[in-house]
Amino acid sequence: MLRFLVRRVFGAMVILLIISAVTFWLFYAVPRDPAMMSCGKNCTPENLEQIRKNLGIDESIIMQYWHWLAGIFTGRDYGGYGYCDAPCLGYSFANNEPVFGTIMNRMPLTLSLAFGSAAFFLVIGVGAGMLAALKQGKFLDKFASSVSLLGSSLQIYFVGYIAMFFLVSQLGIFSQPSYTPLTENPAAWVSGLLLPWLVLSIIFTANYTRMTRSQMVEQLSEDYVRTARAKGLSRANVFFRFAWRGAMGPIVTLFGIDLGTLIGGAIITESVFSLQGVGRLAVQAVDQSDLPMQLGVTVLAAGAIVFFNIVVDAVYALIDPRIRLA
Amino acid sequence: MTSTDQQPFLSVKDLRVHFSTEDGIVKAVDGLSFDLAKGRTLGIVGESGSGKSVTNLTILGLHDRRSTAIEGEIVLDGKDLLTASERELERLRGNKMSMIFQDALASLSPYHTVGRQIGETYRKHTGASKKEARDRAVEMLRRVGIPQPDVRVDDYPHQFSGGMRQRAMIAMALVCDPELLIADEPTTALDVTVQAQIMDLLKDLQQEFGTAIIFITHDLGVIADIADDVLVMYGGRCVERGTKEEVLRDPQHPYTLGLMSSMPSLDGPVDVPLSPIPGSPPSLLNPPSGCRFHPRCAFAEQVPGGRCATERPLLEVVDGRGSACHLTPAQRRELFADYAGTRHN
Amino acid sequence: MSNATPLLDVSGLTKHFPIKGGFPIPRTVGAVRAVDGLDFQVGEGESLGLVGESGCGKSTTGRLITRLLEPTGGKVAYRGQDITHAGRKQLAPIRSEIQMIFQDPYASLNPRQTVGKIISGPMEINGINPAGGREKRVRELLEIVGLNPEHYNRFPHEFSGGQRQRIGVARALSLEPKLIVADEPVSALDVSIQAQVVNLLQKVQQDLGIAFVFIAHDLAVVRHFSQRVAVMYLGKIMEIADRDDLYGNPRHPYTRALLSAVPEATVDDTPRERIRLVGDVPSPINPPSGCRFRTRCWKATEKCATEVPPLVQVEGNRPGHLTACHYPETPETVPGPRLAKNPEAAA
Repeated sequence: MLRFLVRRVFGAMVILLIISAVTFWLFYAVPRDPAMMSCGKNCTPENLEQIRKNLGIDESIIMQYWHWLAGIFTGRDYGGYGYCDAPCLGYSFANNEPVFGTIMNRMPLTLSLAFGSAAFFLVIGVGAGMLAALKQGKFLDKFASSVSLLGSSLQIYFVGYIAMFFLVSQLGIFSQPSYTPLTENPAAWVSGLLLPWLVLSIIFTANYTRMTRSQMVEQLSEDYVRTARAKGLSRANVFFRFAWRGAMGPIVTLFGIDLGTLIGGAIITESVFSLQGVGRLAVQAVDQSDLPMQLGVTVLAAGAIVFFNIVVDAVYALIDPRIRLA
Repeated sequence: MTSTDQQPFLSVKDLRVHFSTEDGIVKAVDGLSFDLAKGRTLGIVGESGSGKSVTNLTILGLHDRRSTAIEGEIVLDGKDLLTASERELERLRGNKMSMIFQDALASLSPYHTVGRQIGETYRKHTGASKKEARDRAVEMLRRVGIPQPDVRVDDYPHQFSGGMRQRAMIAMALVCDPELLIADEPTTALDVTVQAQIMDLLKDLQQEFGTAIIFITHDLGVIADIADDVLVMYGGRCVERGTKEEVLRDPQHPYTLGLMSSMPSLDGPVDVPLSPIPGSPPSLLNPPSGCRFHPRCAFAEQVPGGRCATERPLLEVVDGRGSACHLTPAQRRELFADYAGTRHN
Repeated sequence: MSNATPLLDVSGLTKHFPIKGGFPIPRTVGAVRAVDGLDFQVGEGESLGLVGESGCGKSTTGRLITRLLEPTGGKVAYRGQDITHAGRKQLAPIRSEIQMIFQDPYASLNPRQTVGKIISGPMEINGINPAGGREKRVRELLEIVGLNPEHYNRFPHEFSGGQRQRIGVARALSLEPKLIVADEPVSALDVSIQAQVVNLLQKVQQDLGIAFVFIAHDLAVVRHFSQRVAVMYLGKIMEIADRDDLYGNPRHPYTRALLSAVPEATVDDTPRERIRLVGDVPSPINPPSGCRFRTRCWKATEKCATEVPPLVQVEGNRPGHLTACHYPETPETVPGPRLAKNPEAAA
């Protein structure tokens, strides 16, 4: 297991290095001069040169990337702009803040959104899928299948606005979504995020229902499930301890991918509900041509996906002893 | 087959198992009867679709209840299994009757250790503690000949070789000393040298426990090695039964005869072609009328009036011996001798 | 067989499948020694049976001969021409002369093609236009393998397992091959259907003079079909001989054990010889040193662990009967039909 972790973390670093290098090169190859934007209207060539030097963009792109990398471990001084502590993912000139700090400020909301909705779609989705598998071919199964088909064809920008319009503006069942840190006021945390959670989970639940159903149906027809029944074990025991164990793998994989994606920022959801998470930050960075911020968010989002991939593989090995990690 | 003064240990009477599928009703088993006494081994022979596996899943009540219609009677030691509740069946399965399957790797849970799978059967039926169940699992593994059972008990099935997996499966089936063991092609997936080991093991264990065994196979060679009595199935029906010696020495049904002459042997003549049965096994959706074997039977024309195509031949059993064929005994003697003769020309 | 160039001449044939591993730099950490130095010949029109238990390398051998796999070492010569590492172009003319029949009649036919298309496929690929056209030839082939030529436009799923295997045979015959490698061609079929296909293959072999490498685990089927038989164990040939010698006078303990383990559908009063091997076949990743069979052999000594027994004509063998054993079994004085069995009972 340790060997596996060391290997995978090493691999993850290589992936992140490649992603950041490619992103870096792409962004800085764009014909836009951040110094020019920072310099303002009354810009003299001397001023511009000074700003370039302060920003460190007077060097070759390779040296710039090297400084950016080094900054992650040592921190970095941006001349007149200030000091950026390690881990420094760059400095946002549009916001006049270090990139890493800004992202971290937004992170609690994004994490709340991701894990909160994940709890909903996992419980509801998997539960409905199991029920459907149990009542194969019966009304409940057909109902769950139809609902999940409907759910999976919905889009957040559609459901989100409809929910906002009816549930918030018209009927007033929910208050305007907002974020209060969990540590400050748990009740406000829940009530502020409940609507985004529900809307976000509608989209995801359907996938889990269908995946769980098909996996369970497949597992229930496996020979080892029949053997378990032939041993005299009860239906419930066989259902949960044998079939569900076998069905879990692909669901965990799906969950890992979804969670990684959500932490990279639920761009549409945050925009629809006017929540200031990482997703909104990314959108703003694009609007403002804030290249360091874009780079930072990209690398962090990639990092989240890579991280959950490793977690998924590790969990997979715990579920299925046939998989040997190495 | 059994003494007449008492109820046989297992008695199947006029069993009919029909599945409804999208294409229609599959008559998987269509009027099957047999008895089995304790300590005896009944070999059921048949090809794919003969209904041999279905019959045995039905005895354990493991068929899909939603799509299956069952008629007839299955009585195990005085208890009617077809009217028993699911609860009652759960108490019997793995305890009084148990089953081993063909593909041991697929049939053992990949997620649990071998010891746990054996122990859990024991705990379920005896209420033993975890520790006792583990000890019992080690003992069972030792008994079925697995080396270092106290170590291997914590292995997963995929860490076992094919032969050892089948041994573990047998250990699991026998952990509660069942009185009836159903073995569904347990050696078909194994190499011959390992198959021989497993059959020896089953014979030894039967000697020790006096278990009644139903051994399902398509291989007459395996039957000759392990069975006391033989039941030949074709198209969901029994076409012939008797002791192993009676059936193999003197087959009374054209299908049994055909099976025997299709098989090459280690000492038969090699320069003549085999005598296969023409055609393919019947579809159980639309089984042939009359005798289900008649479209493939070499002797159907010998029966006057085309009765083979119209009239189902009855299985008349005298002292456990009988066959379901319209041919008269005299015809069989003559025709079968000629048929066997053609092999050597 | 030794006088002329054999149709197929295999020497020192080896296939090791590398096992990848290692960190941080991936490298080869071991090998599955599936086939480890085989020597055999197949004469024109002859049929050689390859038998052995799972993992003995018989299927790999079939794939090496047909060059579906690239050999790791050794030599495969077809009509004296070395094809061990021949490229696509060099192989092209030979490919049509060596054909293969597979085990699974369900998986080895494309379900979206008609039977006509499947059987004429090889002709199309090789640009062969038989007199009277391909369709006529396909109909002929269907007739040869015992199918209705009118079924030209049907799809594989409309046929039973045995019929599908016949389609596979027709496809193999379409290029008029000189050698057919049949890999477990009947083991997926019901007993009554097996005999039909065995008879068909035998007819094809005799009528068309096609040489066969017949790979199977069923000793009785191999005996029925093959003139010569090689017994394999863990990637090596243990014994090779003419049919009657191998079955009537097995000299290798493994051959003897294998034969004694085959259950036969007869109830004899004279019990057959019964040898029960203990344990399972060892892993081909780490095969035993010396003689590979020694871990399960009741005769094994120190010598068996250190010295690889050569495949030679041991004393008491007839010419062409080769055995790889330091301590061969005593020869049968009367080359009877079966070992330790009453010849009367066999008749």
